[in-house]
Amino acid sequence: MGWGLVAPALLWTAAFFVLPFAAMVALSFAHMEGREVVRGFDPGNYIRIFTDWTMLKALLNSLEITVVVTVVSVVLAYPLAAIIAFRVPVRWQRLALLLAVLPFWTSYVVRSYAWLLVLGQNGVVNKALLSLGLIAEPLEIAATRTATVIGFVHFFVMLLTLTIYANLIQLSPNYARAAADLGAGRWQTFRHVILPLTLPGVVTGAFLTFVLCIGDYITPQILGGNAELTLPQLIMLQMGRSGNFPLASALSVVLMAVVTLAYFASSRWLRMDRV
Amino acid sequence: MAHKATLPLTALALLAVASPSFAQELNALVWCDHTDPALIAPFEEKFGVTVNLKEYEGTAAGLQILEQSQPGEWDVLVIDAVDVKRAVEGGFLAELPADQLPTDDFFPEVVMAENNMVDGKTYAVTEKFGYNTISYDKTKVDPADMQDMAALTSGKYDGRIGIYDYYLPVIGLVALGQGVNTADITADTLGTLKEPLMALRAASKQVSDVVSAQTALATGEVDIVVGGGEWLTAVLAADNPNLDWTIPKQGGLRWAQSIGVVAGSTQPDLALEFVKYIVSPEGQARLATSSCYWGMPANARAGDALSVEQREILRWNEQPEFLKRAQLYPIPDAALDTAMQDMWTEMLNQ
Repeated sequence: MGWGLVAPALLWTAAFFVLPFAAMVALSFAHMEGREVVRGFDPGNYIRIFTDWTMLKALLNSLEITVVVTVVSVVLAYPLAAIIAFRVPVRWQRLALLLAVLPFWTSYVVRSYAWLLVLGQNGVVNKALLSLGLIAEPLEIAATRTATVIGFVHFFVMLLTLTIYANLIQLSPNYARAAADLGAGRWQTFRHVILPLTLPGVVTGAFLTFVLCIGDYITPQILGGNAELTLPQLIMLQMGRSGNFPLASALSVVLMAVVTLAYFASSRWLRMDRV
Repeated sequence: MAHKATLPLTALALLAVASPSFAQELNALVWCDHTDPALIAPFEEKFGVTVNLKEYEGTAAGLQILEQSQPGEWDVLVIDAVDVKRAVEGGFLAELPADQLPTDDFFPEVVMAENNMVDGKTYAVTEKFGYNTISYDKTKVDPADMQDMAALTSGKYDGRIGIYDYYLPVIGLVALGQGVNTADITADTLGTLKEPLMALRAASKQVSDVVSAQTALATGEVDIVVGGGEWLTAVLAADNPNLDWTIPKQGGLRWAQSIGVVAGSTQPDLALEFVKYIVSPEGQARLATSSCYWGMPANARAGDALSVEQREILRWNEQPEFLKRAQLYPIPDAALDTAMQDMWTEMLNQ
């Protein structure tokens, strides 16, 4: 009975993850001869990834952007989630959450192009700063890494707000009261009680942010203006332009390896049931 | 009794005939300009069929889709004219009846028999063409400077240039700037193009896809787009009359797209009708002014179906001069293609 219930999920996972993944790993050891894929066991693609500076730089760019986006998103989302959980009356919390995630309702691509307009030289941000006299010349934001980070953070703050909020509302107010009884100030209560107890939710959200961010090529493509390449962009170049599927597969395996390492690094705190 | 048995069967047969799911469908693998309903609707209405369109970018991706599809799954293919031979070599295109195609009405330079024919057989027909050259905002840059590619890396326009994110035309333009014809780009000459390509990148602000390049030019994010042309600015002309394009003295690149019937199509006659519609004056005028991007129709008779304003935006009267000064895309073999793409990737991550 038990196996019968899990069989569909197992079959689904085998058919749409395990088998394609195995095929991708096998393909990553193939190589190109002209425009033909020659199968075999050739580690050349992996050697190239770690010796060709262009490829290595794409990996480093992806890691740098992802780490910055994850940290900034957590820093912004935590207070927002806390305000919704502790300051907004319960009857308004649903509405507050709805407003917080409203941008999710827009197409991801459309939102990225919208940011391009907002961050442009004649965009809202520059016009506001110029009219306030804070800058003399428009800032170069669009088509830079800063624009990529802003686009990502806007998206992932919504996601993290949800995961952290879900964690915060599970906390009994008695923890804070007990800490106060023992003489802890508000900062001490947060630092030694609230934060450790909500860490699983934070890390879970941060891990999801890391996974989604490092695998995304649309935002860097649109907002980054190809000012630099990220690993997913490099994979898309190999697939869409070169037709070099073995190299694209090897790059994808490396990307999955990075995500796996991130999982192990955060597994101590990961609690998916808190999401 | 027999009567009773035939009734449900008859009803079933009627349902089958009447059901929309049984209506004839044509599956076309195309570029985004074909997805404009204004182009497709007249054909659908005339033949009572549904045309299913799938967009793709890059020949490699398009051929990969065909390779992974079941025989008969696709009926029509739109492809870069210089890649027709590659598609024929892969067995993806069926022969077309050349006598049913109006190539006599085409601009002679874009019939491109050397590209659309293999071993004396026609496999595709040119449907649209244009130029990869220099688009600019004439209120922000000196139009006289745009006549010389050297101005781009002179320092005067640093940080105000966008590059169209397609390696073939841009490397081709860089080659023209260095006095190398696109047909003469080889593994040896490619090395000499690296430095000027990197210099162009250093002077530019971004490397963008079509929409981002259009947005950047329209919003003043950049003032020049290298690799642009009428296809980039024409669709913006109504709202941004300041946007213009030119072919500098070193020349520009001529792009052309072809259309053909996919080998193994289960409805080759209908697919051929679609091809014939696209290259007819009516289809050509609609394709030329597609909402995705504009371009010159291959069929010169389409001029009668275009308005005066539309012909002006397309620079209809200047085509003889433009066609003389433009060269075709580079046609690299697999090894040179890989080398060009590696150089492009390095440029992106400079």
